Amino acid sequence: MNFFLETLIGGLLAGTMYSLVAIGFVLIYKASGVFNFAQGAMLLFAALNCVSLQEAGLPFPAAVLASVSIMIVLALAIERAVLRPLVGRSQITLFMATLGLSFIIEGLAQGLMGAEVRALDLGIEDVPITIGDIMVSQFDLFAAATAGILVLVLALLFNKTRIGVSLRAVADDTRAALSIGINLNRIWQIVWAVAGIVGLVAGLLWGARQGVQFALSLVVLKALPVLIIGGFTSIGGAIAGGLIVGAAENLAEVYAGPLLGGGITPWFAYFLALAFLYVRPAGLFGERAIERV
Amino acid sequence: MAISVPSIAEPPDLLVVDDIEVVYDGAILAVSGISLKVADGAIVALLGANGAGKSTTLKAVSGIVQADRARISRGCIHFDGRDVTGLAPNLLAHQGVVHVLEGRHVFPQLSVEDNLRSGGFLRKLGRREMNAALERIYAWLPRLKVKRQTAAGLTSGGEQQMLALGRALMTGPRLVLLDEPSMGLAPILVEEIFGIISHLNASENIGFVVAEQNVNVALRHAHYGYVIENGRVVDEGPAQRLAEQENIHHYYLGGTVA
Ligand SMILES: Nc1ncnc2c1ncn2[C@@H]1O[C@H](COP(=O)(O)OP(=O)(O)OP(=O)(O)O)[C@@H](O)[C@H]1O
Ligand SMILES: [Mg+2]
Repeated sequence: MNFFLETLIGGLLAGTMYSLVAIGFVLIYKASGVFNFAQGAMLLFAALNCVSLQEAGLPFPAAVLASVSIMIVLALAIERAVLRPLVGRSQITLFMATLGLSFIIEGLAQGLMGAEVRALDLGIEDVPITIGDIMVSQFDLFAAATAGILVLVLALLFNKTRIGVSLRAVADDTRAALSIGINLNRIWQIVWAVAGIVGLVAGLLWGARQGVQFALSLVVLKALPVLIIGGFTSIGGAIAGGLIVGAAENLAEVYAGPLLGGGITPWFAYFLALAFLYVRPAGLFGERAIERV
Repeated sequence: MAISVPSIAEPPDLLVVDDIEVVYDGAILAVSGISLKVADGAIVALLGANGAGKSTTLKAVSGIVQADRARISRGCIHFDGRDVTGLAPNLLAHQGVVHVLEGRHVFPQLSVEDNLRSGGFLRKLGRREMNAALERIYAWLPRLKVKRQTAAGLTSGGEQQMLALGRALMTGPRLVLLDEPSMGLAPILVEEIFGIISHLNASENIGFVVAEQNVNVALRHAHYGYVIENGRVVDEGPAQRLAEQENIHHYYLGGTVA
């Protein structure tokens, strides 16, 4: 029983990181109606910035602050150079634009900061601690707490504030939002900046675990099943989806892995997502259009 | 104001649309040379059959054309003496022009009250002012107060139309562009909505441009009217004269309206 609980908790904790990555997608999807393929590149870029600045001698907090500023500037640039000229175009056009953007950002990141794997030390040791008689990874706990706090802040920001109501208004009906004076460009800037900052946090947490390297940009592929399960339009869904994927992956690896010869983790999330697609195409919390019939 | 020279007796024109041409997708000519004026505090009706160009004209004024991949390729629009041709919709809203789009575009996932509040963001209302503004809207549109916590997408068609109007009023407009407020509503609701428009016009001096196919109701409440056909103005005049004109339904509107 304890082993089961440990596996489950380990999976849930890892799942918070998936949630974090997925939230970046949900924010942008709500504001711009596009699956932002460049989210992974932004995550890599942000984490690379931070380690490079740290290597250059900046203390960690300063490096983080500087990286946050860089992500804000990047968001402003993307809004001005990519989103604004493409306003009103089809979804596929926007998607292609973010695809192109991801190559530009990756190229920029590696051109400026090199392609080798960088170690990142957040000062949290990855040793297990015991709570009751259950062992959990200290780092996982720290990462989950960080993700949890960030998610809480975002939930407050987007549910309670005017920016949040405006964002949901834009997501519901962009033209109507424009007609009552909501500044769409401003909303895009804010949302892309927030997505960049979420990317930074996720990138640092993942980077501390696996090293900051090109493969980080591939977490996009991990986020996709999370989004299919949770729905593209709901922050709550992204959280739930991440937890489900994390827990299911861990449990499957441990219990079904030996039967199938191991190596389940890379594809199990997709298997799960497919199953969800059959049952709930809009995702667990996906907002299907509310309409009276 | 370069275009209109107001005579002594008339109030100055709030809106002057001068010979505009609007093209969708760089190819589809939807409006070809429409001119119209809205005096300060007037209700003006835009009449015409399906596809005449009423909505396009309103979208050109409010700037929403841009979001529909269209542009004003000729002519100019002045609001309150300023050239606002091609201005972005949010900037126009700041100047006091608000557009209630055709077909009840409320924010379905937001509550009725959040829909209204979103209209107040423009004026950067503080909490107390926001509540006062909401109460004013509820006084004008009492049906909304009952539904304030309901998701807007779950309210009735008439309630959504009122909500769209109420949300627009929250921006504190001087001119409201209303696109087919009567669409799909029972006659009694249509009367109610036009009654509110007349009341707001008289008590708050808010100007209205109302695009309508419901000619009778529109002309009963409007001061002045324009008849649009194939993207052009084919007749105009005081509402009363247009209403008395026997042929108006048959010649311009294809006899569709009872
Ligand atoms: N989004 C669009 N893209 C392309 N063409 C459009 C678009 N909207 C309108 N049009 C064209 O512009 C012309 C005028 O349409 P508009 O919507 O202004 O008419 P309307 O008078 O409002 O009609 P209705 O009473 O049916 O609402 C039509 O020929 C229509 O095909
Ligand atoms: Mg129309």
